[in-house]
Amino acid sequence: MPSVMVRRNDEGKLLFYIAKKDLEEVITAVEHDTTDAWGGTVTLGDGETFYIDPISPPPAFPTTLRFRRVE
Amino acid sequence: MAAMTREETQNLIQEVLAVYPEKAKKDRAKHLMVNDQSLDVAKKCITSNRKSLPGVMTIRGCAYAGSRGVCWGPIKDMIHISHGPVGCGMYSTMGRRHYANGTTGVDIFTTINVTTDFQEKDIVFGGDKKLKASFDELEKLFPLAKGYTVQSECPVGLIGDDIESVSKVKTAEIGKTIVPVRCEGFRGVSQSLGHHIANDSIRDWVLPTRVGKDDGFTTTPYDVNILADYNIGGDIWPSRMLLEEIGLRVIAQIPGDGTLMEMEKSIHAKLNLLHCYRSMNYISRHMEETFGMPWMEYNLFGPTKIEQSLRAIAERFDDKIKDGVEAVLAKYKPQWQAVVDKYRPRLEGKKVMLYVGGLRPRHIIGAYEDLGMEVVGTGYEFAHNDDYDRTIKEMGGATLIYDDVTAYELDAFVKKIKPDLIGSGIKEKYQFQKMGFPFRQMHSWDYSGPYHGYDGFAIFARDMDMTLNNPCWKEIKAPWLRPSPAETQAA
Repeated sequence: MPSVMVRRNDEGKLLFYIAKKDLEEVITAVEHDTTDAWGGTVTLGDGETFYIDPISPPPAFPTTLRFRRVE
Repeated sequence: MAAMTREETQNLIQEVLAVYPEKAKKDRAKHLMVNDQSLDVAKKCITSNRKSLPGVMTIRGCAYAGSRGVCWGPIKDMIHISHGPVGCGMYSTMGRRHYANGTTGVDIFTTINVTTDFQEKDIVFGGDKKLKASFDELEKLFPLAKGYTVQSECPVGLIGDDIESVSKVKTAEIGKTIVPVRCEGFRGVSQSLGHHIANDSIRDWVLPTRVGKDDGFTTTPYDVNILADYNIGGDIWPSRMLLEEIGLRVIAQIPGDGTLMEMEKSIHAKLNLLHCYRSMNYISRHMEETFGMPWMEYNLFGPTKIEQSLRAIAERFDDKIKDGVEAVLAKYKPQWQAVVDKYRPRLEGKKVMLYVGGLRPRHIIGAYEDLGMEVVGTGYEFAHNDDYDRTIKEMGGATLIYDDVTAYELDAFVKKIKPDLIGSGIKEKYQFQKMGFPFRQMHSWDYSGPYHGYDGFAIFARDMDMTLNNPCWKEIKAPWLRPSPAETQAA
């Protein structure tokens, strides 16, 4: 369950950053990304996927959330 | 020598690796790459931030060096206590040229070495008592110090002293900020973790002190912080002058020539300007999350990059700053043009190899290019993947990139590539000078500097010219080994 900081980059895309893993990747797809909820399965630029229970209402970025690695 | 092709560079890497045993070869191969600008992510081609290979020479530092020396060292009105045996404390201060304005013992303490000098009995019975006593002593000796940091050395972590509790007790007693930093040298693979730990200690022990309190600080819409400029040779001063000239108000310099008060008030800024991404991105990320303060990287080495950076900074503000930037660019154009006109003919086409840490392997490339020089190889001591992502775009195609390069590898690369100038640290300096290569220390600017901003660029150009075109390089070969005039004529 890595603790992940999600923030927007200059182009407005979401970045997925795990300090301990030294991993910073663009989020390419989010399962739920509506006005009421944000979360579900999150796919990163390098193909890795992580899961978080949908958060309602959507969080304000940047924020630190706990994700689960999807095998 | 002419620029190498991809294949040649690849062969060079293989050739250099050939001397290693199989296992070491496999490991080291992952840390060397031929640059390919089409790549977006470096991690498939280069591995970084891994433990150095036992048995080879590396020039990395330790977590203590990263925290005590790099991140906390330049904070000038605090006393940084090296908690542990005397050795680390001795080597920690002012080996690094982070300049500070002020009077030693009154408002600056950066020139003072303080260590608790652990002895055998402290290892056996614990060093907390000694730490407490040292605070009392320091309060008597330097009552004007604004705060203390406790920088733990290896043994403190090994015996498990509770420096946090001592700090809390003493903070309550003397009413000054005391920051315990758990930066024992054995942590992590390089000084990089020390930067992270230092950033975390700023986050936990310094920034919260004023959150939610009205400290009567008047803010303006143009408040910025300069983060991670360490004022090496006075670097932060020309940077700050430029930023102020375009109309911004710099409210905190962290840590170069900075104070504890500035760090505390930095939470009021509108934008964090991050110079060394590697060492202080952690705190900028934290401040973005907690205080909603955006951050951006900038680069003030060489006129091209200054122009790009100032314009990018202005994008974040209104027209006042944008006009300010244009005015500043126009004002300094004749100044840097004169520098380029003078030195470019003398330096044009020369090849440079760099091996430094932090931000310099990519940030100074622009300054060299402004002088018509080409960087043919670059590498970091302690970078992570994201640094290489940023480097790939800066470097030319088919150039060499090396991570945590060993003394042997760097030697071998230099012998093959034969650059006209090498930029690295003190440990490489004399070795390469004896081999007949012009060399500049790019950690400490070789006792020169500043190199930031337009003023710094003039000094940078002069220094490079002074080193490269020094007549001594012609005298490297012993007179009896030189070809005689007759031979030269025949050839």
